[in-house]
Amino acid sequence: MSNKIEIHKLDLHYGKFQALKAVDMPIRERSITALIGPSGCGKSTLLRCLNRMNDLIAGVKVKGRVLLDGQDIYAPGVEVPELRKRVGMVFQRPNPFPLSVYDNVAYGLRVAGLRTRARTAEIVEKSLKGAWLWENLKDRLDSPALELPLDQQQRLCIARLLAVEPEVILMDEPCSALDPIATMKVEELMMELKKDYTIVIVTHNMQQAARVSEYSGYMLLGDMVEFGLTANIFTNPADPRTQDYITGRYG
Amino acid sequence: MKLLGERGVQRLLAGIAFSAISALLLIALFIIKEGLPFIIGYGPAKFLLASDWNPQLGRFGIWPMIVASVWVTLGAMLVGAPLGVACAAYLTEFVPRRVMGVVKPTIELLAGIPSVVYGFIGVMVLAPLIRSSLGGPGLSVLAGAAILGVMILPTIISISIDSIQAVPNSYREGSLALGATRWQTTYMVTIPAAKSGIIASIILGMGRAIGETMAVIMVAGNAVKIPGSPLDSVRTLTANIALEMGYATGRHREALFATGVVLLVIIMILNSLAGMAIRKRAAKR
Repeated sequence: MSNKIEIHKLDLHYGKFQALKAVDMPIRERSITALIGPSGCGKSTLLRCLNRMNDLIAGVKVKGRVLLDGQDIYAPGVEVPELRKRVGMVFQRPNPFPLSVYDNVAYGLRVAGLRTRARTAEIVEKSLKGAWLWENLKDRLDSPALELPLDQQQRLCIARLLAVEPEVILMDEPCSALDPIATMKVEELMMELKKDYTIVIVTHNMQQAARVSEYSGYMLLGDMVEFGLTANIFTNPADPRTQDYITGRYG
Repeated sequence: MKLLGERGVQRLLAGIAFSAISALLLIALFIIKEGLPFIIGYGPAKFLLASDWNPQLGRFGIWPMIVASVWVTLGAMLVGAPLGVACAAYLTEFVPRRVMGVVKPTIELLAGIPSVVYGFIGVMVLAPLIRSSLGGPGLSVLAGAAILGVMILPTIISISIDSIQAVPNSYREGSLALGATRWQTTYMVTIPAAKSGIIASIILGMGRAIGETMAVIMVAGNAVKIPGSPLDSVRTLTANIALEMGYATGRHREALFATGVVLLVIIMILNSLAGMAIRKRAAKR
């Protein structure tokens, strides 16, 4: 399997504070890569570098390279909206728009300029099926998305993303607002999605990382302490700091 | 403070607060007491819908003034609402926070410019411009609408800014993360999400426009007739009261109070509509 994304010597400063320190990491295509580490270690910041969501924060400076299919996404002249169509994001708290279920999924298509109704309906159906929501919601496409239970809202956000056919899906603690059963459903969905998509997930929950991911990166204070196969990291970590974290002595 | 004690201070404050409210209440009651009997005596339909206003002959139909107020106010909306909302959206979504910190107080300062100054500019600049370029007397519905449209901008802008700022950032992030541009995010997500607050700002602006007197007297021409075009002179409800109050006596005076009652009712309706829009937004959160 090839690398979908390669991160080289990535530094990030918030004003004077250095949040990422020369981070190197590959992300394999069609697999799930987990970023773990204690709060404030920079894992969410790193994730947000991959679709340039950090651009929105004033005072952020990024140095280094992030290659998506070999192209540096921080190179001058990169169209950020185009990048974000290829690298989508699911957030910590489900954030469907205050629109109907249908309009939420169709949103990305409208943004992309798709105007034909039949084609939109087709993609909406396909995307809802892809997020395992079609059976639940096919009769309630007009109901407001904010009235759905939280786990359905989160899967709706995934469906909304699938509609724009991204190549990479970034997930920022996607289950932290969900109960265990809803979490399990989202995890199963992730296992299904990785057949077609490259997934990077930030999680606080180490069992979750162990359950779903093939590769893990352990971060601490802006450093990528250790990166490798999840199985290795969890059973035989090379760095004592990783050992401390996964055995629960720290964090 | 020893002199009064905690309770005394509390009572004093309550008394002051109550006096403000009661002043308001007394004004409303006084206007209604003076105006309502006239409306009933003259006949509400005749008062509201007849088109001839001729106090010397005892004819008090305010329909032309109602039409004038509606025209001028709607015109002001046409000018003020798109400008105000666009300005608010631009300031909140596209301008760095610190620029906003300078611009917003400046806009709020605009609200403090006396209306006679707006009126003066209207008379000296706008009316001659309309007269020479579009024809008509210049002092017209159009001049009134344009001046009022600018006067209500601060109301619309500052309340719209508040409601756009209150839109959760997660909506914007969600939209941007799907590849939307900032502009797409603003008009497809942020503004719709702030809709009820924006509507409230427009309704409050309308209340200001319909109640404005001085600037309108100066630029609208004050002819009592139903306007045939935006270039005709008109007299609004407020202008009618202000222009004739000085010399009105007897039935004439009562008729002016009755005009005040009509205005009071219109503004009360607008304010409660705005209140409903704001509460609807609060309930959604």
